[in-house]
Amino acid sequence: MSSTLQETQGRKGRPITDNDAQDITRIEELSYDLRIFEVMSREVFTLAPNQTIRDGLELLRIKRISGAPVVENGDLVGVISTEDLMRALTQNDLKSPIRTYMSANVISVKSYEPVVKALETFARTNVGRLPVTNEHDQLVGMITKGDITRGVLVAIRKDYQEEEIRRYRVRHLFEDITSDRTSLILRYHIKPRDFINGGQASSHIKRAMLRLGASAQLARQCGIAVYEAEMNLIIHTTNGGILRVQIEPHRILMQTTDDGPGIPDVNKALQPGWSTAPQEARNMGFGAGMGLVNIKSCVDKMEIFSGAGKGTRLMMEIHLRPEEKFSAAEGTEEPGI
Amino acid sequence: MTLQEIITKLDLKVLTTPQDFSAITPRGGYASDLLSCVMAGAQPDNVWVTLQAHMNVVAVASLREVSVVIITEGAQPEADVITRANEQGVILLSTSAPSYEIIGRLWEMGIQ
Repeated sequence: MSSTLQETQGRKGRPITDNDAQDITRIEELSYDLRIFEVMSREVFTLAPNQTIRDGLELLRIKRISGAPVVENGDLVGVISTEDLMRALTQNDLKSPIRTYMSANVISVKSYEPVVKALETFARTNVGRLPVTNEHDQLVGMITKGDITRGVLVAIRKDYQEEEIRRYRVRHLFEDITSDRTSLILRYHIKPRDFINGGQASSHIKRAMLRLGASAQLARQCGIAVYEAEMNLIIHTTNGGILRVQIEPHRILMQTTDDGPGIPDVNKALQPGWSTAPQEARNMGFGAGMGLVNIKSCVDKMEIFSGAGKGTRLMMEIHLRPEEKFSAAEGTEEPGI
Repeated sequence: MTLQEIITKLDLKVLTTPQDFSAITPRGGYASDLLSCVMAGAQPDNVWVTLQAHMNVVAVASLREVSVVIITEGAQPEADVITRANEQGVILLSTSAPSYEIIGRLWEMGIQ
């Protein structure tokens, strides 16, 4: 199991994200969800109690297994392991029957029990393989830690495929819905001086873009533009404002609206390095005077409507290149938001 | 140069949940305490060196996909900042050394 976790962490050489963390708890969940019969090996190599130790060694060597159940008249009567056979070897006792060296006190699990039961039994008894019996106590399979790892991996792959299908559906949202003009609108209320939650809305928007199938580059561009706009609402506005993102098949429209205090000279505000941020914000590293400059470099079109004593409306637009469009369907161009 | 080697050589304190740092290889770095500059200048998978330690550091790092932040001059982030960083997959490291020294040593180690 630990190797599975390692693989999850090292998958892309990137730090673990909340998505990976979900996978880990999913592994724990799976050990309860999966039943032993779903992961066990059904091909079982058995020995009879009157076969010799030499027969036992041959079976383990040829089948590359580390132990085998001992069956007599269909009943599970014991288990013989490599350790048991080594004991016989040190006594130079190859001709003795299996019965002499097998463990008659068989620890087994039921096929209908959850996988976690087998894991607990492995931990408690320190054995490497367990016979699996059905409700009539008949031997139906064997289970090892390797079987469990394989079973969990298969189940996770199935989960992953289901997630892919879900993402695929979201990605084709715009294709599946027919209208003359389809758009998805995301709205966020941004509170003034709420530095603690600053950037949260932008994170949600970026994630939504990726879910919809936007390229990493496009999601990043939008993320930067809306972050700067979001922080402007937090730093400068009297009562906060609204951040609104309108996603259309061929473009992204982003807009912030507030009711003051307004920008007296918009041209000055557009100059790199010019800032009116209060000391509180500057102490936190805001107020570089680069916000609007950054936005401008990330969007195709930016417009500011403001004035002293008025509200401010900041409009940003990104046109999607043909290969970036959210669907093949052509939307009807309409000016502005 | 893996993040584990960087942490060991610079004697950095790990603030977020420890993980397999030897699986992470930062590519280049960026240094600034002005968040908008980081937004404009940092690249994904950079190491970001700053003396800022507040919540917005996590927001900027996460949006810019900067995976590792080294907080210098002994600045201590609040517990909720560390919680948020864990949620967003941002690694926070700290040192009492000043930014200038840390940046210089990272450069010498080949993080360029």
